[in-house]
Amino acid sequence: MASFGSFALLIALVLAGYNLLAGALALRLRAVGSTDSLLPEQLGDTARRAGIVLFVPVTAAAFALLWAAFTNDFSITYILEHSNRALPAPYKFAALWSGQEGSLLLWAWLLASYGFVLRVTHEVDVRLYAYASTILAGIQTFFLAVLCFAAPPFALYTGTVPADGNGLNPLLQYPEMVIHPPMLYLGYVGFSVPFSFALGALIMRYPGEKWIRVTRIWTMVTWLFLTCGIFLGMHWAYAVLGWGGYWGWDPVENASFMPWLTGTAFLHSVMMQEKKGMMKSWNVWLIFSTFLLTLLGTLLTRAGLVSSVHAFAQSSIGTWFVVFMAIVLAVCIAAYLINRDHLKSEHRLTSAVSRESSFLFNNLVLLTSCFVILWGTLFPILSEFIEGSKVTVGAPFYNRVAVPIGLFLLFLTGVGPLLPWRGTSFQSIRRNFVLPVIALWMTVIACLVAGVKPWKDGLFNAGNFYALVAFAMVAGVMTAILTEFLRGAGVISQQMGSNLFSALWLLTRRNTRRYGGYIVHVGVVIVVVGFAGSAFNRSEEKEMSLHDRMAFGPYLLEEVGATQDSNQNYNSEYALLNVYRNGVKRFQMAPEKRVYLVNGQPQTMVAIHSVPAWDLYVVYEGTNPETGQPIIKAFLNPLVGWIWVGVAIMFFGTVVALVPNSVPARESGAMGGEL
Amino acid sequence: MIRWIQIAQALTLAIAVYFSMGATGASARFENLGHRLMCTCGCAQLLGECNHVGCPESTRQRNELVSAIAAGKSDREILAWFSDKYGRSVQAAPRAEGFELIAWIAPFAVFAAGLIGTILLVRRWTRVPPSQ
Repeated sequence: MASFGSFALLIALVLAGYNLLAGALALRLRAVGSTDSLLPEQLGDTARRAGIVLFVPVTAAAFALLWAAFTNDFSITYILEHSNRALPAPYKFAALWSGQEGSLLLWAWLLASYGFVLRVTHEVDVRLYAYASTILAGIQTFFLAVLCFAAPPFALYTGTVPADGNGLNPLLQYPEMVIHPPMLYLGYVGFSVPFSFALGALIMRYPGEKWIRVTRIWTMVTWLFLTCGIFLGMHWAYAVLGWGGYWGWDPVENASFMPWLTGTAFLHSVMMQEKKGMMKSWNVWLIFSTFLLTLLGTLLTRAGLVSSVHAFAQSSIGTWFVVFMAIVLAVCIAAYLINRDHLKSEHRLTSAVSRESSFLFNNLVLLTSCFVILWGTLFPILSEFIEGSKVTVGAPFYNRVAVPIGLFLLFLTGVGPLLPWRGTSFQSIRRNFVLPVIALWMTVIACLVAGVKPWKDGLFNAGNFYALVAFAMVAGVMTAILTEFLRGAGVISQQMGSNLFSALWLLTRRNTRRYGGYIVHVGVVIVVVGFAGSAFNRSEEKEMSLHDRMAFGPYLLEEVGATQDSNQNYNSEYALLNVYRNGVKRFQMAPEKRVYLVNGQPQTMVAIHSVPAWDLYVVYEGTNPETGQPIIKAFLNPLVGWIWVGVAIMFFGTVVALVPNSVPARESGAMGGEL
Repeated sequence: MIRWIQIAQALTLAIAVYFSMGATGASARFENLGHRLMCTCGCAQLLGECNHVGCPESTRQRNELVSAIAAGKSDREILAWFSDKYGRSVQAAPRAEGFELIAWIAPFAVFAAGLIGTILLVRRWTRVPPSQ
C-alpha cells in the first residue's frame, strides 16, 4: 500500500505539472494570438483535463493512507507514529490529519477537490476559468512536490516493525476532532480558489467586475468553512483542555484567525468594487494577502518558528514554504505592477458619510486586527533576534490591544448598515441613530444597576469595563439591525397588506445577500455577548471525599462516588457529583480523566451543564497523591452558550446570503442596496 | 443636536464618577498579577489559570505571589522579582519599556496611520474625479 500511495502521488505531481505548464503555454499562445499548428484551445483543454484527472491519484493516495491506518500497517512510519490497533475507527480517519505529512496530504486532496469542481464547471467563463485552473495547478504542484520529496506520508519504517503503533495524541481523540480540522482546512485551502481567480483576472485584464460575481460563492463558502472550523476548534478547546476557556491566543489559533480577518474584509470591500467600480487594487491585494497568510500560518506553526501547544505537526518544511511564498509574492507584485492601470477606480465617493466610507473604516479595523495578531505572533521571534531573549506575548497583550479594536469594529457593524449608499443627510442620520443610541445608553444604565461594574474588588478591571462597553454596543447594534429589518418589512407590509412575518420573509427573499448579511451580523453580536460574559468567569477548586459538598454560585455540588472504567484504548476514572439548586437535586455530572494505554498520556473529559445564563463546567483533576481524594475544579462561565448559538446564526445567515434573490435586487439605495 | 450632546456629556460624567468609586484588595491584585504571569512548567498557561494536578511550579509560584503582595511590594516590583527569578518569559506580555515598548506602540501607531490614511483617502475620493 505504501508503494501504491507513493506512486499515486508521483502520478498526481506529473498531472499537476502538466496542467501548470501546458495551461500556461496555452494561455500565452492565446494572449499573443499564435497561429501555430499547436492550437491553444486544444492544449488548454488537455491541461484542464489533466487537472480534473489528478483528483483520482490524490484521492487514491489519501485512501491508501487511510487503508494503512485501518489495517494497522505499521511499516509506514506515519501510521506507526499516529495510530495504534485499539484506536476507534472514527479516529483512524483523524490520523490522516494528526501529523505533518497526513495533513499536507489532506491539504492536497482538498485542493484537488476544489480544482475538480472548478475545472468541471469551466463553461461559466472558459477563459477566466482557464487562468484560475492554471494558477491552482501551480499551488497543487507545490503541495504535491512537498509530499513527494520533503514530507512523504508513505515513508517506510527502517528496522523491525513494532507490533503496535504509538497511538493518536489523546487531545485529538474527541468527536469534534473528526470534523474541526477538515472544516478548517476546507476554509484554509479554499482561499486558493478566490486567489486564483483574482490573480487570473488581473493577469488577463478581465473586463468589468463579473469575475467577482463568479467567485463570490467560492469566497463565501470558503469563509463559512473557515468560520465553522475556527469555532469548532474553540468548542473543542473548551470541552477538552479543561482550563475553562476557549481561546488562548496560541500561534496556531492566530494563524487560522488572520486569514479569516482579511477574508472578512474582502467580503465587505468587494461590494464597493461590484457596485461602484472602486477599491480594485485594494481588493486584489486583500485576497492576495489572505492566501499568503494561509501559507504564512502554515510556515509559522509547522517550521517551529513559534512555540505552540498545538505541537501535533512540526517538521522542517519551512524552507519549502519560504521559497513558495517568495515566488507567490513575486508573481503577485509583478502581475500588479504590469496591470495596475487596469485597476483604476471608475467612480468617486459622493459623500464622506456613506456606506462606501463605512466599508473603508471596516477594512481598516479588520486589517489592524490582523496586524495586531501577526505582530503579537511574530514579536517573540523579533525580541529574540534583537535582545537575545524570547518575550512572551500572551492573552494580556491581546486583551489590551485587540479587544478595544474589536469593540470599534462592533461599533461599525452597527453604524455601517444605517448609512445609505452614496450619502446621507443630518436628518437621516438622526432618524436612523436615535433608537440605537437610546438602546446603548439604556443598557449601560441597566448594566450598572444590575451590578456589571467596571471594577472588581475595588480596582479598575479592564475585563469588566470592556464587558460593559460590549453589552452596550451589542444593544445598539442589535437595535440598528432590527430597525433595518422592521423598516423594510413595514414598507412591504403596507404595500402588500401582508403581516409582519410574511413581510420579513419576503424582504429577505428579495435581497438575500443584504439581509443574510444582517443575520450574520446578528450572529456576530450574539457571539460578542458570549465573549463579554467571560469577564465574569469564576472558579473554585476543592478536594472532595465522599459526600463532601461545594457551594458554588447558585449550585451545591455533592460528591457521591467515584468509579472506574476501561476499554482497549484507555482506562478512565469518573467522579460522580449530584448538583443541587435551591435545595433540590437537579442533575448529575460525571467529569472524567482518561489514561491512554498505548502511551500513558492522561486526558481530561470535562462535564458541562449549559443553560442560557451560564455553563457549569466541572473538571476532575485526578486524585491528590498524598490523601488519595479526588480534586474537583468547578467553573461558572456566564453566557458561553451564546457563542455557539451565535455561530449557528452566522452559519444560517451565510447560507441565506448564498441563496439567489427571488426577484433581482435593485441597483442601489438604502433599501435596495446590499449590505 | 446640542441637547443630545449635553445629555451624552452628562451621562459620561456620571459614569466616570461611578467608575472612580471603590476600594483596593489583595485578592484583586492576586487575580490581576496571576493573569500577568505565566506558569513556568511548560504548560503555556497563565499562572492564574494553570489547572493541572501535581504541577511542579504553579503552587510554589502562587505562594510566592501571595507572599510578595502581603509584603507590600508594588506590582512593578513583583513582576521584576519574578522575571529575575524565572526569566523574562515568565511575564505574559511585553513590558512597557525599552525595546518591548514597541510591541505596545506599533498596533496603535498602525491603527492611527491607517485612520489618517483612510480619512485622507475619503477626502480625496470625495473631491477629485477618478483618473480615466
